[in-house]
Amino acid sequence: MIEVEQLSKSYGPREAIKNLSFQIEKGEVVGFLGPNGAGKSTTMNILSCIMPASSGTAKICGFDVFEQALEIRKLIGYLPETPPLYSDMVVYDYLSFAARLRNVPLKNTQSAVEQVIEKCSLKEARERIIGRLSKGYQQRVGIAQAMVHNPDILILDEPTIGLDPIQIIEIRKLIQELALSHTIILSSHILPEITQICKRVIIISDGQIAAVDSLDALTTRLHKGERLLLEVRQNSSEILEKLRALKKVNAVTEHQPAHFTIDCEPNADIQDKIAQLSLDNKWGIVELKPVSMTLEDIFLKLTLEENKVQQ
Amino acid sequence: MKNMWIIAKKDLGSFFSSPVFYSLTSVFLILNGFIFFNILNFFSLQSFQAQQMRGGGIGLNLNEMVVEPSFHNMAVILLLIIPLVTMRSFAEEKKSKTFALLLSSPIHLIEIIVGKFVACMIVVGLMILLSAYSTGYLILVGNPEMGPIITGYLGILLMTGCYVAMGLFASSLTDNQIIAAVISFGLALFMWIIGWGAQAGGSGLGQLLEYLSLITHLEHFLKGLISSSDLVYYLSFIFFGLFLTHRVLESSRWR
Repeated sequence: MIEVEQLSKSYGPREAIKNLSFQIEKGEVVGFLGPNGAGKSTTMNILSCIMPASSGTAKICGFDVFEQALEIRKLIGYLPETPPLYSDMVVYDYLSFAARLRNVPLKNTQSAVEQVIEKCSLKEARERIIGRLSKGYQQRVGIAQAMVHNPDILILDEPTIGLDPIQIIEIRKLIQELALSHTIILSSHILPEITQICKRVIIISDGQIAAVDSLDALTTRLHKGERLLLEVRQNSSEILEKLRALKKVNAVTEHQPAHFTIDCEPNADIQDKIAQLSLDNKWGIVELKPVSMTLEDIFLKLTLEENKVQQ
Repeated sequence: MKNMWIIAKKDLGSFFSSPVFYSLTSVFLILNGFIFFNILNFFSLQSFQAQQMRGGGIGLNLNEMVVEPSFHNMAVILLLIIPLVTMRSFAEEKKSKTFALLLSSPIHLIEIIVGKFVACMIVVGLMILLSAYSTGYLILVGNPEMGPIITGYLGILLMTGCYVAMGLFASSLTDNQIIAAVISFGLALFMWIIGWGAQAGGSGLGQLLEYLSLITHLEHFLKGLISSSDLVYYLSFIFFGLFLTHRVLESSRWR
């Protein structure tokens, strides 16, 4: 449903995102995870056709975000990082305005607005002025605004930021309900939020994708083992077999000729054995190193933030 | 068209629910009323004196001595008032991040701009309408010529369109309402007095500068003259202002 290829965006000399590529299927709930300033909001802004990318393409339902922005805007509901609320408007009027903007016919506007008021439990706030609502209510009005035209895709940028714990739980519950009938892209820099709502995560760090995987796979990858990278000069088929024969090695893949990725059990400490093996067989070792820890680093950062939130 | 109305209606709603509109309208009406009163007072004094003298039967011209100066003064007051009407149009949307709502909705940028233009025009039009009691009073007690009054209002309205277009342009440049007001006031005043450079500019440039000035074209309307040159000037001025606004807003998305 959403296809992003080689998407880049730079603000002047600063590159906000670099060559992002990912796909999102219909009905999926995908979380963008990453520390602050990683490029989550930029990606979402491009997907919702607010700003064009510097290079690369993004397609939603086959429409290009640059060429056919108007078609896409009909399909998406977008909640920016700061909810776009007119502080002098009454909630009900604001939601009808949003509905009309999104091409909801006049005769259906009332029922559409009533529906989102119901869904986002805004009943008590419907006749109140937005500027005087609490942050939690304002955030809910923001979400209501994004879904008032019942879009196929919801893009929510940090929907729970700045809320108190009870409000966070309420918003999460709301998103979980919405997930049943919508494709949702959600961003957060808080790990538990993603783990509770999303089935798949795209981890972004420094404008690049660090990992795209289902949440389960990611956790397994993180907690069950280490990964080594081996590069040799000699390339022969026996290398693969000999490496696999080693103890504590779970899997070996040759991702490029003479480049091997070795997944082993945690704390296996088999670098010595691999080095010995390559010396004995004269493979000509070029490089042997543990695979970069960026993913773990990010998780560490995120988990730290999680602890902060829980305190 | 429909989307344009949605934007215009929303903007009108926020105008009428904020004290800005009411304070601006009050100031406009008070100034306008005071000036009208004084012009009328001066006129009655003059015609009284004229009656005292010989040949008093030749009445002084109500159009020339009351209607025309009233319009002139109204144009000056509008110059001061309109930047304050238009300043919030885009600046506030940008400041409160609500512009993202409009940009992520399935409407064209041009519809947003024209919608806001229409909203500002309706607001200023309403102010002018409220001040029309003075003209009504003249028609009631005097016998002014109707032609120049009608073309006068048309001229004022077209000039208002130019002010509003400049104001929207200024508002699109910044997210600070005060800066927007200052820029649009400066622009409007400059376009008003640009004709002063005519004497210094020699024949060719001088003519051009004179043509560019907002006020020279109003002159003809106040005399009861609708010439295509003036119409083209005002309409293309408005179009150009809105076009620049469109360019600025479009380019700001790329940054």
